[in-house]
Amino acid sequence: MARKISKGRIAFQIVNYALLGALALSCFLPVVHMLAVSLSDKIYAEPKLVGLIPKGFTLGAYRTLFAGRTFSHALLVSVIRTLAGTAANVVLTVLLAYPLSKNSREFPFRAVYMTLCLIVMVFNAGLVPNYLFLNGLGLFDTVWVLILPGAAPVFSAVLMMNFMRALPKDIEEAAMIDGAGYFRMLAAVVAPLSLPSIATVSLFAFVGHWNSWFDGLLYNRSMDHYPLQTYLQVVLTARAPSNIDSAATQVGQNLKAAQIFIAMVPLLLVYPFAQRFFVTGITMGSVKG
Amino acid sequence: MTGGKFWKRIKRSRQLHWIILLPMAFIVFFNFVPMPGIALAWKRYIATKGIYGSPSVGWDNFKALFSYPMFWPAFWNTLSIACLKLAIGFPVPILTALLLNEVGSKAFKKTAQTLMYLPYFLSWVVLGGIIMSLFSLDGGINSLLQAVGFPPVFWLGKAGWFIFMLVFTEIWKNFGYGTIIYLAALTGIDKNLYEAAAIDGAGRWKQTLHITVPGVLPIAALMGILNLGTVLNAGFEQIFILNNALVAERATIIDTLVYDVTFADRNYGMATAMNLFKSVISFALILSGWFLANRYSDYRVF
Repeated sequence: MARKISKGRIAFQIVNYALLGALALSCFLPVVHMLAVSLSDKIYAEPKLVGLIPKGFTLGAYRTLFAGRTFSHALLVSVIRTLAGTAANVVLTVLLAYPLSKNSREFPFRAVYMTLCLIVMVFNAGLVPNYLFLNGLGLFDTVWVLILPGAAPVFSAVLMMNFMRALPKDIEEAAMIDGAGYFRMLAAVVAPLSLPSIATVSLFAFVGHWNSWFDGLLYNRSMDHYPLQTYLQVVLTARAPSNIDSAATQVGQNLKAAQIFIAMVPLLLVYPFAQRFFVTGITMGSVKG
Repeated sequence: MTGGKFWKRIKRSRQLHWIILLPMAFIVFFNFVPMPGIALAWKRYIATKGIYGSPSVGWDNFKALFSYPMFWPAFWNTLSIACLKLAIGFPVPILTALLLNEVGSKAFKKTAQTLMYLPYFLSWVVLGGIIMSLFSLDGGINSLLQAVGFPPVFWLGKAGWFIFMLVFTEIWKNFGYGTIIYLAALTGIDKNLYEAAAIDGAGRWKQTLHITVPGVLPIAALMGILNLGTVLNAGFEQIFILNNALVAERATIIDTLVYDVTFADRNYGMATAMNLFKSVISFALILSGWFLANRYSDYRVF
């Protein structure tokens, strides 16, 4: 249908594109700026003369970072906790979601399990009891303390449970008649069908583990065991806990920028793929039709 | 139902119980076992005696808490910062989604949308680092301001500006994510409605007002209701990182105060009491939110 486009419409479109473009750039340009600073020479970076293009291009900041042991080690801790933590999260989410996706006729005591999960979603012991509990277990200063306490993510399990509920029933019933038990059913039928949901949960878990820093700050007595984000937090805020050498926080702008940029890299790599998963994740959770 | 039938059902579901055993073990061990530690709220903690061996002090921790000079300011800071974030942040993703929906170019729409939710994926540590660098007194934003003739602003060192920054950066981090939700709702609107409206002579504006807006309203209402549970969450990570001595009086919230009372004052009893006070209120609010959501939409948590 050919229609005359009004002047008002054209004006609106121009303003609209400009506004949305500006919003989008505001989310993106700070990242470019950080990259530019990290690749710039100290003499430009320190007085903050760098905009979006590196001045006096150098890889010096990155070389300095990886020459030191602390940064590389923090990076290693982050990689380990992210890989192991994500794997644990995904496996336990599937194991939790599948039984809960059954109704209470098929799965007696479902209400008991579900109630426990709901309590966890709305209430927790709080900072000090958790702190003393994990300390008492002797988990401090190990990578386990970053993985185990949150290993079974209830919220993700509820999302996945809703996804599994929406799967067509007849496939499972057919397998049931063939004599398959629930173990086989989960492994051979339900898990493969739930791959989109598993992808969503993996993404949540990956981002959550990589970005997590407060647990690292609480449950480590020495900086040697910090994951990258915790280490970075101490460097950036220059508010090192008293037991930590404050010299570590005296670093230049380009070094700070390089550390920030490295902390972003894994997310920059996964996030373009994230949108599809997030939409399914959200729609299967909250906006069920 | 006879007992025999019941046992048969249990037996048939045996494998389901085995499957759920491992995750439930984690949940119970790491969430429920430490929970009795809340008893600390009524105790004076002595490290050598542990939580349960420490002496009881009745309601002293709560009395001390309510007369603690920083407590009520922190409480009001929490409420006001959280409410500002919710009130101002609520319409932003809706408006953005509506504007994006008007964009004709698919490529522009996709690119803009993808860039907009980048900050959502970054941690407050990373964002804090970027913000502190850009908004410092000699940072990029002030350089731009000075270049066009404005005086520099002490963004992170003046209480009023600091609160503005908290609200602004929180919205900036999250609006892209919210936009995805609303765009998903927009694509769910029946296209025939628009055609029918166009035939009836409704212009773009009228179509938006009478078809698009009602189309996203249920989800907007749901989001609003579920936000109820977060009015005592002013954003611990963000404030913990951006907070500084110059603005502490206005920026200290319950969560950061709990941290300080725990690790600076080492007053575990009062910190636990404060946490409990907050948890109980939040708990009530979350349940009300779920109840309302259940009642007024088809949202179900379980």
